[in-house]
Amino acid sequence: MALSLGSTFALSLASPFSALPGQAAKRPSISSSAAGKIFLNAKNIEKKHLHQFQKASKVLAYYGLTNPPYKLDALEPYMSRRTLELHWGSIHRGYVDSLNKQLAKSTLYGCTMEELIKTTFNNGNPLPEYNNAAEIWNHDFFWESMQPNGGKLPWGGLLQQIEKDFGSFSNFRDDFVQTAITFFGSGWVWLVLKTNEKKLSIVKTSNAVCPLVWGDIPIINLDMWEHSYYLDYKDDISKYVNNFMDHLISWHSATARIVRAEAFVNLGEPKIPVA
Amino acid sequence: MAFRALFAKKTLTRVSAFAPVSASLDRCLGSSLRQGRAFTVASLPDLAYDYGALEPVISGEIMRLHHQKHHQSYVTNYNNALEQLDAAIAKGDASAVVRLQSAIKFNGGGHINHTIFWQNLKPVNEGGGESPHSSLGWAIDADFGSLEALMQKINAEGAALQGSGWVWLALDETSKKLSVETTANQDPLVTKGATLIPLLGIDVWEHAYYLQYQNVRPEYLKNIWKVMNWKYASQVYEKATA
Repeated sequence: MALSLGSTFALSLASPFSALPGQAAKRPSISSSAAGKIFLNAKNIEKKHLHQFQKASKVLAYYGLTNPPYKLDALEPYMSRRTLELHWGSIHRGYVDSLNKQLAKSTLYGCTMEELIKTTFNNGNPLPEYNNAAEIWNHDFFWESMQPNGGKLPWGGLLQQIEKDFGSFSNFRDDFVQTAITFFGSGWVWLVLKTNEKKLSIVKTSNAVCPLVWGDIPIINLDMWEHSYYLDYKDDISKYVNNFMDHLISWHSATARIVRAEAFVNLGEPKIPVA
Repeated sequence: MAFRALFAKKTLTRVSAFAPVSASLDRCLGSSLRQGRAFTVASLPDLAYDYGALEPVISGEIMRLHHQKHHQSYVTNYNNALEQLDAAIAKGDASAVVRLQSAIKFNGGGHINHTIFWQNLKPVNEGGGESPHSSLGWAIDADFGSLEALMQKINAEGAALQGSGWVWLALDETSKKLSVETTANQDPLVTKGATLIPLLGIDVWEHAYYLQYQNVRPEYLKNIWKVMNWKYASQVYEKATA
């Protein structure tokens, strides 16, 4: 499942020489004939490469911070530049740095971010890396769930699916807003495509939990941590959510995501005309 | 600012639709036949100091929002939940009773925790930040080594707390030992142990510091000790260990 958002890439540089730390390959020594000289050169080069590979093999994996797909002031006045500077530049970046620090001492490497999240969630007993990994993914997803001049209505297949699963778009919107307003604590509100029930659903998760761990496919999310809205809205959650729905939510992203999701979840039988 | 009782309780008496009849029935047959029940409503306690009195440690804007908006909404929602609970109990609607528990725990917990929190803080010119003496001071030295060690432990646990919650200096009523605990969201300290009494609590929800410290929670924790009301903690401690 490749819901990759281009944000994370793992480089694992396992070296063929990693079994021999600190040891140069042993060769019989040869006297100073031409062959010997050439051989000695080769040995030096090999030693240099060996050293580089050994240094490189200590780097296991690292993840990077991607930029949101718009400038930091592009979501004004609904989400201020200051909020994004702190939320993305400081908090999101902090999760990336923390994860890379943790991974330097861990055996979890070579994973895509989603694999890392599922592994570290550990079926409900999360490992220490989980929080950082999941928050990185959640935030990447969040920036892409918004766009300047967003909001308004979805269209086409996504709108049809929403109407099918919620009755009407306004039912869905009310449900989403209500879920956010009655949120306890920190966490996220999601529109997900549930893989087992094969329908769209609104879920809330606490802290860093991400619906990927249950095998569901997220379509849109909204950050309900206070740092996401406090500078702009103080405690007025209702205004924050309504502005998100009316002006920020990116139905383009949602459409792309559900189109991809349909490769994994059968949302209906195709209408094949009978001859 | 005048200091009024913390829990200014108003008694709300619920009257059934047939008020005159039930009143007279009441007189004749006693209260057991009454449809209505009385329950006490919670209300927002006043602060013992002005909103700006804790500056520059905690800004007046944060104190005002925290008290007038956040704490008030916990009180309001708690009272709503209580009213719904009352109706559910009267009707015998067990699933409604159970369903309301999370709202009661969250909003009631928020009310309890913040009521303690306002008393845990004091302006510097009224004694805020002064170290604890006598019995609490000795107990801290005995259980943690020193006051600095305790502060560091609380700061570390508060900074490490994921999401929203509280960090507490707790006293175990039975063992008389002090400990540092954390609770998530608005869970009160008793959820960590029925015999735990809160001496000090620090709110590490983002609304408690974000406007001023942004995401630098450790800075907020470092500074809040300057306005900590150890006198309150000592009073609670002495009462519990008497």
